Amino acid sequence: MPAKLLLRLIALGYLALLILVPTGTIVWRSLGSGIGAAWASITTPDSVHAIWLSVLLVLIAVPLNAVFGVLCALLLVRHDFPGRAILGALIDLPLSVSPVVVGLALILAYGQTGWFGAWLQAHGLQVIFALPGMALATMFVSLPFVAREVIPVLKEIGTDAEQAAQTLGASSFQTFRRITLPAIAAGLGYGIVLATARSLGEIGAVAVVSGRLVGQTETLTLVVQDRFENFDLTGAYTAALLLALMAVVTLLAMNALAPKERI
Amino acid sequence: MQGVVMGYLSLLVLIPLAAVLVHAAGAGFNAFLSAIMAPDAIAAVELTAVCSFVVAAINALAGTLIAWVLVRDFFPGKGIVNAIIDLPFALPTIVAGLTLLELYGPNSPLHLNLAYTRVGIVLALLFVTLPFVVRSVQPVLLEADRAVEEAAASLGASSWQTFRRIILPGILPAIISGSGLSFARAMGEFGSVVLISGNIPYLTEVASVHIYGQVESSDMLGAASLSIVLLLISLVTLLLIAALERRFLRHAR
Repeated sequence: MPAKLLLRLIALGYLALLILVPTGTIVWRSLGSGIGAAWASITTPDSVHAIWLSVLLVLIAVPLNAVFGVLCALLLVRHDFPGRAILGALIDLPLSVSPVVVGLALILAYGQTGWFGAWLQAHGLQVIFALPGMALATMFVSLPFVAREVIPVLKEIGTDAEQAAQTLGASSFQTFRRITLPAIAAGLGYGIVLATARSLGEIGAVAVVSGRLVGQTETLTLVVQDRFENFDLTGAYTAALLLALMAVVTLLAMNALAPKERI
Repeated sequence: MQGVVMGYLSLLVLIPLAAVLVHAAGAGFNAFLSAIMAPDAIAAVELTAVCSFVVAAINALAGTLIAWVLVRDFFPGKGIVNAIIDLPFALPTIVAGLTLLELYGPNSPLHLNLAYTRVGIVLALLFVTLPFVVRSVQPVLLEADRAVEEAAASLGASSWQTFRRIILPGILPAIISGSGLSFARAMGEFGSVVLISGNIPYLTEVASVHIYGQVESSDMLGAASLSIVLLLISLVTLLLIAALERRFLRHAR
């Protein structure tokens, strides 16, 4: 059927030109000046620090958001309380706020002249232009992913098994640990993968609150931009390749854990 | 439990966003108005809105087409193509921007230089918003009842008529919500655009890059005021999506 073939070609052509070919060029460009040059640019102390910082931010933001996401989902699905509808609406809010606005909001709340600036300074805590602010920015942008994946699963599984466990004398924690957690594990895992990808790739919010001090508060995404703007193309493409490799791993995990009804 | 969830959400999201609102309102309404009516601010918001609208429209068409091909067409490698759809959500946006600049920038192997143009901005936004429409239309198409389409065809409807009268009404709410989400995302996008747009004030500087510049030069009032405008636009978009979805769902029933 020629019409069907034409539609297939248009769809695949669009995907190839927009997604596939550009992504392929990173590999070609970063290794273009030799693997030695690429390796040298990614093993400078500043690069290694940036890689470590990016990983550290993921390790802070993702577990906190995973715990928050599960608690929030349990609260929204299993409990009734005043303000539940508001919480349900608020949970998606971070998805529609520009990352730069997130950064500005954190500065105005926790920066030196911000609402809590004086109190934080009196207690010797620096949030903005330091790790805590970057962690807050990363947590903000990756907040909804776990809750959004767990909520539909909780609705789907219902409360029969949980109630049976409770009548048989299980405590709330035992019920959660033995019944609820195994049931939501796949959704939770998918949410964690999405949150990890978002945290690792964050640039707008972190750019604002980090102050972009090379070797101190610069994450791997900021390294890409910084090096590109300073005409260090090999350095920019190598850091980008490293991020892209992490993205491919994430993508594989996404497809392994994604809700099955898709294909 | 309630306290923990609300406390976390307040410290992380609500209090900081309230600080933006208070800061924007703090200097009085006239100061707010003159901050958002600054010519460069208007130019940035207008550019972003126009590009985001174009992106939402292209996504509505291309996303629906891709979803249709993924559900109704069969060819070798379909599983891989389906997996690639998620790549824009997995790939850091700055990497997306860098690669698009490489392919469609001054050193383009295709001799197609879109750097520092609005077409370049649209291209970057199309990359990062690709999954929204595809992933919202795909499950609805999978669920759709093929028997109704076959009935329409056997009664003499052309493929276009079948699509227009049978398939489209069912997937329209999903198209609207997907392209609405891609509009909201595009309005606030920073990472993918910042390299390819060149950030020329009045010409190719998008709203979030403009706000970034204001924060860098410590113009917190200007930044907060423009942020409120962006927040309002995404709020209206979300409400509009919800209202349209409800309306078309009722209509479809």
